[in-house]
Amino acid sequence: MKQPRTDTEANYRLITRRAALLGGLQLTFIGMLGARMQYLQVDQADQYRMLAEENRINIRIIPPARGEVFDRNGKPLARNVPSYRIVMVREDAGNIDDVIQRLAELIVLNPEEVGRARSEMKRSAPFLPVTIADEVTWEDLSRVSVNAPALPGILPEVGLSRVYPQGSDFAHVLGYVGPVSDYDLKRIEDPDQLLRIPRFQIGKVGVEAKVETTLRGKGGAKRVEVNAKGRIMRELDRREGVPGSDLQLTVDATLQTYVQARIAKDSASAIIMNIQSGDLVAIASAPTFDPNLFVRGISIKDYDALTENKYRPLASKSVQGAYPPGSTFKMITAMAALEGGFISPNDQFFCSGHLEVAERKFHCWKRAGHGSIDLQNSLEQSCDVYYYNLALKVGIEKITAMANRFGLGERHDIPMSAVAKGLTPTKLWKNRTHGSDWVIGDTVNASIGQGYLLASPLQLCVMVARLASGNLVIPRLIKNIDGIEQPIPETTRLGMNENNLQTIRRAMFKVVNDRRGTAYGSRIIGDAMRMAGKTGTSQVRNITAAERARGVSRNEDLPWERRDHALFVNFAPYDNPKYAVAVVVEHGGGGSTAAAPIARDITLQALYGGEPPVEVYPSKDRNRIIQQQRELRSVRPIANVSREEQA
Amino acid sequence: MSYLEYTVKFVPTGSRKLLYLNWPLALLLTATAGIGFLMLYSIAGGSYTPWAEPQIKRFAIGFAIMLTIAMVPIWFWRSIAGVAYATSLILLIAVEFFGFVGMGAQRWIDLGFMRLQPSELMKVTLILMLAAYYDWLNPTLKSRLFWVIIPLLLIAFPVALVLRQPDLGTSILLLAAGGGLMFLAGVHWAYFAAVVASGFGLITCVFKSRGTSWQLLEDYQYRRIDTFINPASDPLGAGYHITQSKIALGSGGWTGRGFMQGTQSRLNFLPEKHTDFIFTTLAEEFGFIGAFSLLTLYTLIVLFCVVSALANKDRFSSLLTLGIALNFFLFFAVNMSMVMGLAPVVGVPLPLVSYGGSAMLVLMLAFGLIQSAHVHRPR
Repeated sequence: MKQPRTDTEANYRLITRRAALLGGLQLTFIGMLGARMQYLQVDQADQYRMLAEENRINIRIIPPARGEVFDRNGKPLARNVPSYRIVMVREDAGNIDDVIQRLAELIVLNPEEVGRARSEMKRSAPFLPVTIADEVTWEDLSRVSVNAPALPGILPEVGLSRVYPQGSDFAHVLGYVGPVSDYDLKRIEDPDQLLRIPRFQIGKVGVEAKVETTLRGKGGAKRVEVNAKGRIMRELDRREGVPGSDLQLTVDATLQTYVQARIAKDSASAIIMNIQSGDLVAIASAPTFDPNLFVRGISIKDYDALTENKYRPLASKSVQGAYPPGSTFKMITAMAALEGGFISPNDQFFCSGHLEVAERKFHCWKRAGHGSIDLQNSLEQSCDVYYYNLALKVGIEKITAMANRFGLGERHDIPMSAVAKGLTPTKLWKNRTHGSDWVIGDTVNASIGQGYLLASPLQLCVMVARLASGNLVIPRLIKNIDGIEQPIPETTRLGMNENNLQTIRRAMFKVVNDRRGTAYGSRIIGDAMRMAGKTGTSQVRNITAAERARGVSRNEDLPWERRDHALFVNFAPYDNPKYAVAVVVEHGGGGSTAAAPIARDITLQALYGGEPPVEVYPSKDRNRIIQQQRELRSVRPIANVSREEQA
Repeated sequence: MSYLEYTVKFVPTGSRKLLYLNWPLALLLTATAGIGFLMLYSIAGGSYTPWAEPQIKRFAIGFAIMLTIAMVPIWFWRSIAGVAYATSLILLIAVEFFGFVGMGAQRWIDLGFMRLQPSELMKVTLILMLAAYYDWLNPTLKSRLFWVIIPLLLIAFPVALVLRQPDLGTSILLLAAGGGLMFLAGVHWAYFAAVVASGFGLITCVFKSRGTSWQLLEDYQYRRIDTFINPASDPLGAGYHITQSKIALGSGGWTGRGFMQGTQSRLNFLPEKHTDFIFTTLAEEFGFIGAFSLLTLYTLIVLFCVVSALANKDRFSSLLTLGIALNFFLFFAVNMSMVMGLAPVVGVPLPLVSYGGSAMLVLMLAFGLIQSAHVHRPR
């Protein structure tokens, strides 16, 4: 340690000079602060005193009522019902513990909620009400009200809360609402003041989220007079907000309930669409969940059960799921060949059970082969080799272009969450994403809907609707906003040769109605309602040569995750197409056994607008069908709407 | 090298040191802190909890720290300047990784027995470091470019780290205090002229670029500037605090509404009424007289420091005392400007008055250094 040393005289003088200069500046600034003080507190005092009086008038935001949602027939799907909660005002309560103790003797309190309320009370002003029990029943509320004298500081409050009367049946379409989170606020640029209200509810997924701003409405405001302690003395005036708009969906709730029940046993999805208008009349996905649980705040246990379920109940498979379309894609390959003039419908190819391309064997599902086969028979019997031959003639770019015209690889614009874009591969795409060149085997795989191709049930449904009508059908989910019908997009033609379309439709008709067709078991009896369709069975694994030598392993012997997806697409009635349908049963096995019967049942339900007469089923199935319909009728949607039942 | 090494003729030793303490300064500090206790008591609605009582305890601990530091010779503190600076810098880096998030910004580090705000500590150690640097440096070299860049780096590191937390207020204070110390040390005025000129140039560019294709700031940043210039344009949004704080101040008038009679500051119109906006309560309850008294107390504190500094004759002690006084001035000047609507709202507390642990302790630590320099100066 050195002892201190004095500075040179010159340097000391410099520091003194600089200190004086800086001190002068500081003094000037302090003078300015003093002057400002005088200006605010003496010169302008009267004006600010007046403003301070006015400050007694506070502006409070009034949340608007959220728009309600109805099905196409006016059946309520999402409603607001009064909900009761119990709040506590700290300064009126006196001894908080005492009052909570007494309250707990009257009604059941959630310890978690009470804990949160306690910490909230510590932080907020003593006169502000803090929610201590949410969603209490009318009985509990009246019990508390009767005992009001013994419960100082405890007040009942009425609010609106969201209820989904159709419960699990519309969980994927509507989604659900929940309180605004910090994450939500961060995502939204310049958020509405409303969102800053504690526990304000906004749409989290599905229609609730996608149509959020329309459903939310505009907040109102009220001016209230507060006393010197900030307590509201009286309301001066209020400007009502604009309530959220009511929505009417294109979905038919009765049909939706039936479809959900019909596919409930599988991990499956089904879509029904009106071919003329593009209206989606049912969008089902199973398994499903109860959206009402989310509104009230789902427990961690329930939530984990949903996320850990391997059948993914939270996923809306009908629009989010992307599957290899399998043989349902053969119509596209055939259309590409016909429209490109590569073949005529009567041209035949020989199926020996496999085709060798680039020193690789590509197998047909039928090992013995189909022999010489033409277009309609190849579709009817789902011969793979026929389409391998088409692939070699047409090439991938033309097949992909045709797929795109039928809406595959396109993100259809409907207000649901995570609508899948699917995948229609091109040479450029493979080069970019895989870094390797497209090989002819890729084209061969694509021709039967395997390989890189991916499509959602919604896309398959649109594809069938376009095949059936020759129009550029565009799906639609919102029918009507606040009583104003939403326009149906004007029908434009696809611009395909009608004869080619007719050939494909005829082939699809034979798939279901010809004895050799792959879906003959799911035919409809009676000329007026007959349907045309196509089965699909898409592999989710590669079949090794060893497996083939052993004989292709049966789906039933495989673990669920490795079984084939079962697909079926159809339209009906054949003579005057009204509905297009797509069904995908995840790992369901064969399209003809797992998917086609579902598609037929829901098609009939849609065509008859309810339960069809049993005569439309083949006579040997009738007893089984009667039994099945009876079971389905007894299934009710899982809707946890106990409050309404109590009321 | 024309230092005049000199021997200390007389340095008080042992408990006699207490007699040579700058007692008027200690008294001023206590009086200022006392105003703080009064205000915290009033804001809590006439209660020692939750703010006044801990604050009094902290001041007592801080006062003890000040006395302890004052007893240790100032040349010891000079010798550990480098270590102290490095430690603070490491702690600042540590909050980046182990920091706790408080008030939306990462500022705390948990030492187990207390939560430390390294950026507060840095305010003192940076001045300590720079004072030691200029003490060590041959005065003839201080305006050479190389020897100017070194202190600039010493300032830039902590400023950058604090800015990342993000704490704009503290980083501005660090920058201003560091720059001020360089000015006091006698770095050629041309450097400062250049900085001021380029600062003006930058501000002009920022405003001129608005709406053009080479716009320098984001739109929302311009909107914030707009709100600052004209708070009435957004009375429920960002301008809210400034407007409310001015109303509270102005309604105090000459004599104020009286102790515990304030309405505005208590009505929850203002956030952080016990920390950054505590001045509004004082101004409302004690009016212009109360507010001006506090300003006078602050001015006297700075004045006593400057007088003590110039009497020190030792370069390190002078620079250290002047630097800390400048830092103290910046604290209250920025806070008052902000509350009175002269500066944008940045999180700077009112020294000795606002509720807060780290700030109080570090401030008393800094005054301990001033006292040490005062006690151990050549007599």
